[in-house]
This record gives sequence, structure tokens and C-alpha cells, in this order.
Amino acid sequence: MSPRLKGILFRMAQAIPVVIGVVVIGFVLTRALPGDPAVYFAGAAADAASIAEIRTMLGLDLPLPQQFLIYVGDLLSGDFGQSISTGQPVIADLASRLPASLELTLVALLLSCAIAIPLGVMAATRPGSLVDHACRVLVTAGVSLPTFFTGVVLIYIFYYLLGIAPSPLGRLDFIYIEPDRITGFYLIDSALAGDVETFFAALRQLVLPAITLALFTLAPIARMTRAAMLGALSADFVRTARAAGLTGRTVRYTYAFRNALLPVVTTLGMVFSFTLGANVLVEKVFAWPGIGSYAVEALVVSDYAAVQGFVLAMAFLFVALNLLIDVTYTLIDPRIGFEAS
Amino acid sequence: MSVTTGSPGTFSHIGYVLRGNPVTLLSFVMFAILIIAAVLGPLLVPYDPLASEAANALQPPSWAHWFGTDNLGRDVFSRVVTATRLDLMISISAVTLSLVAGSILGAIAGYWGGWLDAVLNRVMDTIMAFPLFVLAMGIVAALGNTVENIVYATAVINTPFYARLVRAEVNIRREAGFVHAAKLAGNSDIRVLAMHIFPNALPPMMVQMSLNLGWAILNAAGLSFIGLGVRPPTAEWGIMVAEGANFIVSGEWWLAVFPGLALMFAVFTFNLMGDGLRDIVDPRQRT
Repeated sequence: MSPRLKGILFRMAQAIPVVIGVVVIGFVLTRALPGDPAVYFAGAAADAASIAEIRTMLGLDLPLPQQFLIYVGDLLSGDFGQSISTGQPVIADLASRLPASLELTLVALLLSCAIAIPLGVMAATRPGSLVDHACRVLVTAGVSLPTFFTGVVLIYIFYYLLGIAPSPLGRLDFIYIEPDRITGFYLIDSALAGDVETFFAALRQLVLPAITLALFTLAPIARMTRAAMLGALSADFVRTARAAGLTGRTVRYTYAFRNALLPVVTTLGMVFSFTLGANVLVEKVFAWPGIGSYAVEALVVSDYAAVQGFVLAMAFLFVALNLLIDVTYTLIDPRIGFEAS
Repeated sequence: MSVTTGSPGTFSHIGYVLRGNPVTLLSFVMFAILIIAAVLGPLLVPYDPLASEAANALQPPSWAHWFGTDNLGRDVFSRVVTATRLDLMISISAVTLSLVAGSILGAIAGYWGGWLDAVLNRVMDTIMAFPLFVLAMGIVAALGNTVENIVYATAVINTPFYARLVRAEVNIRREAGFVHAAKLAGNSDIRVLAMHIFPNALPPMMVQMSLNLGWAILNAAGLSFIGLGVRPPTAEWGIMVAEGANFIVSGEWWLAVFPGLALMFAVFTFNLMGDGLRDIVDPRQRT
């Protein structure tokens, strides 16, 4: 077995205790529901007999370890519980709403990388310059921005004052018909269908929420790019490359930048975690029909199964993403073997 | 080394940093304003933050109502100032709780190591495996929708940062010369840990705490924005932005903008202060 493959397998094995931990926390959260879960699931008009029946049905009369095993079995078979407000299995609800959230998150992340990485590089290559100071201000201001507030301000400026943004109500104006579902991403689906009009309509709806989310993620990415680039520029191999007479441009981009990108990729994992949280707020502001607003709607009507399903799904998504980033990292950087080899 | 000893060298260093970096000084001034608003705010405001006056609803900012009035005719300025106390209380108590819990857990894990350390690390990894805001939502949903539970949820998601920091600081000093000397002089393990090793972790903790406070305020306001914790008609920045957001599409901007600006002011203060404290505590860490 090659050391690299071994490294990847070792990293995957490391994720197992985390997944187990996530499941345990998920179990604790569902069992810590306010009051008696059986009373809650039986509904307001239930009498003692039906509560007892629900309790047996949910397995709440069993000892806790056994309940935990049942819980794990349910999760393994994809059963995250039943949503009370929609009457659907939580997993089906989440699956149908996930593309909306992913489309928003990915577009926002692409946008913020496209701005933050060049900005961080420029700030690092010209320390003390105007760009450097602008980067500092942006980094401090960016982490102070409450996402939901930026969203509200953007709506006021671009929808109410300037009138160039469409009304902040979901993914598509009601005069357009949803594109046929292929991937669930409206931009891709409408492009595949060759429907230019719908594509631009979907894009117009997407711009403001994506900018809101991107503004939030700019700061950590720019900060990390700047720090990593500064580190790379002061490394010995850059000095050697300079001494060997390579031009400033080659040194900066071929040598320093490519090495500086590695820590930035790792930061993206953390940024993604923040984004998943911020997503909830942005989706509420823009009435975006993703999983975040699903969870908020569920919270309002005390639909706990849906909320806990959402929390668990987010955690699994995040663990999987970090795993993917680390594995990509091994493939990019041959020096990394996760100490296994 | 330690800021808490307050030697003349430390003070002259703080003075030097403040002169060189007026932004840090500004952040201390901003912090003072926040504290004054939190302590004296309810006494100073011109109107009762809960008193509604239907005839005067949705008035734009004027001399009588600096920040305008909301849909029930309540004075937005009074509400924004009064809300400072609640928002600061939530975040400060949450950060204090996580500071205490994180210090104890981290110190134990870092000093004794072994299986305790391994278990604690796994638990902290698991907490960090959740998107933290989402975990806070889940905790509040599970424990019940109250302000105290917002505090507990925020404390839980902040604890790993402190536990890790204290663990690292304690761990590197476990075998230091001064620790051996203190033990040989007859001090018990707990005393060495609490009085000799732990104080070394305080300066970086102060930095972490200041940055965390900003984050905790954002988090708490975000939770109340989606309808958790604080209930109307209580004045709180997050919920005020949420209520004001309904009026932004019809042009009544002052309802949401002023509480939002207050929130940004508070978070910005703590972030600036954290960066400034970092310069004082550890000049090499500047980024």
C-alpha cells in the first residue's frame, strides 16, 4: 500500500470517533426535549392512554442504551424522524431543499475567494501600502458585520432606493416557471434547458444573498491569505529563488503563492462552518427556500424533529467536507502523510 | 511577563503600544461608552422603551425622536440604548461561563494528561465538528426557548476555544523549572496548577475573551433574529433588526438600521480591543 493511500485511510479513520460523537450529541439533544417527548409528540389533545401508546411506539419506555441503539439504527437507515409541520420525513424535506442552500453557499464562496485571495496577496506583497491598510480595515470590519443586518441594508439600498434588485422573496420571481429539476441548482438547470431568461431571473435573485454571505466570508479568507503569503515570502526557498535571479513575478506567483494556497484551503473548511450558520440568517432575510429557513420555520412551530435533523445533517455535511478538504490536501501536497507512514 | 503583575515595565509598554496605536485607545473609549450605556442607559433615555403611542407610529428620525419611532410608536433611540444591557449581559455571562469551564477542563487535561486529556480532546473535537451557530440553534431548541438557554448554548460553543488554549499553555509549562521548584517547596499539585502555571495562560486568554465577546454578541443577536431566546416586546438588537426588516421594503429604514449599527458598534469595539490587547500581550503575533 502506498504511503499516500495509507495516509488517506488513516485520515478517514480519524473521522469515525467524530461521527460517533456527533451521533451521541444528536441523541442527547433529541432526548433533552423540553418536558416529556411523548406528551409533545402525542399532541395537545392527547389523553393518558394515547401518550402511553406514543411512548411505547417511540421506544421511550426502554432503557437509554437500548434507545440509543434504536436511534443509531434509524439514522443508518436514513430515518431522521418525521416533520410535524410538513408531515414528510425530515430527510426528504432536507434533500429537496438542500440544492437551494448549496447553490447560494457555493456562489457566495466563489465570489468571496475571487475577491479575498487577490486582496490578501496584494496586501502581503506590498506591506504598509494602501492595499494593505484597506485589507486590515476590511478584515476587522468584515468580522463585525452581522450577516442578517448587511442583508437588510443591501435590500434597502438595491431594492427600495435604487430599484435594481428584484424583491427579496426566494429563488425566482413568481412570473417565471421553475426549470425542470435535474441538479436542483436553478442556474445549472436553466442553463441546461437553454432557458436564458430564467437563468438571468434566477441570477438576479441570487446576487444580493450571495453578496451578503460573501461579505461575511471575505474577512477570514483575506486574513489567512495575507498571513500565509507573508509566511511563504519570508521562507528560505523564496530567498533562494530570488538569489538565483528569478523575476519578482515568478517568485511571487509560481513559488510563494502556490505554497501559500495550502493553508488557505484548510481555512476554507472553517469558513464553510461559519457559512452554514450564516446561511440560516441570510435565508431568513431573503426568504430563500433552503434548509436554513426550513429549520427556522420548524423552530417557530416547535417542530423539534425537523430542527434536530437539520443540526445533524449540517454536522455530517461539515465532517464530510473537512474530510474531503484534508484528502485533497494530501493529494496536493505530497509531504503530508498524516504521520501514519 | 504577565500583565496582571502590573510592573512599571508593563505599564510603560502598554503606554508605548497605546501611543503607537491610537486605534486601541479608541477601542477602550468605545468600550467605556458601551459600559455607560449598559449601566446608566435605562436611566438616561428620554422615553420608556416599552411605551407605545399609536398616533406617533413609524415617524422618521427627528429632534423629538432621534432614531425615529417604530410601528407601535415606541422610541427607537430609547430601545437601542436600553438593549445594550441585555445584549452585553448575555454575551458577558456566556463568555464568562465558557472561560471558567474551559479553564478548568483545559488545566486538568493539560496538567495530568493521560486518558482525561484524550477524552476531553475528543469531546471538544466533537463540538467543533458542528457548525457552531447551528449547534447553538439545536441546543436552544432542545433546552427550551429562553434567554438563559441562549447563554448556555453560547457558552457551550465557546468552551472548546478556551479549553484548547489553556491546555496548550499548561502543557508546555508542566515540566518547567519553576514548576519543579514550586513542587519541591512543598506546594500541592492543585496549588502549583492554580497559582503558578495557570496565571501564565491569562494574557492570551484576555485576547481570546475580547474577540469572543464580539462573536458571542453576534451569535446571541443572530439567535434572537430567528426568533429564539428574547421575546418581543423586550428591546434587544437582534430582534429589533428582525422586526425592522419587515418595514425595510417599504422604506422605513430607521427601525432596522439603528439597532443594527449599535450591534456592529459593539462587535467592532470588542474586535478592535482584542487586536489591541494582542499587541500589548504578544507583540510578535501581530498580523
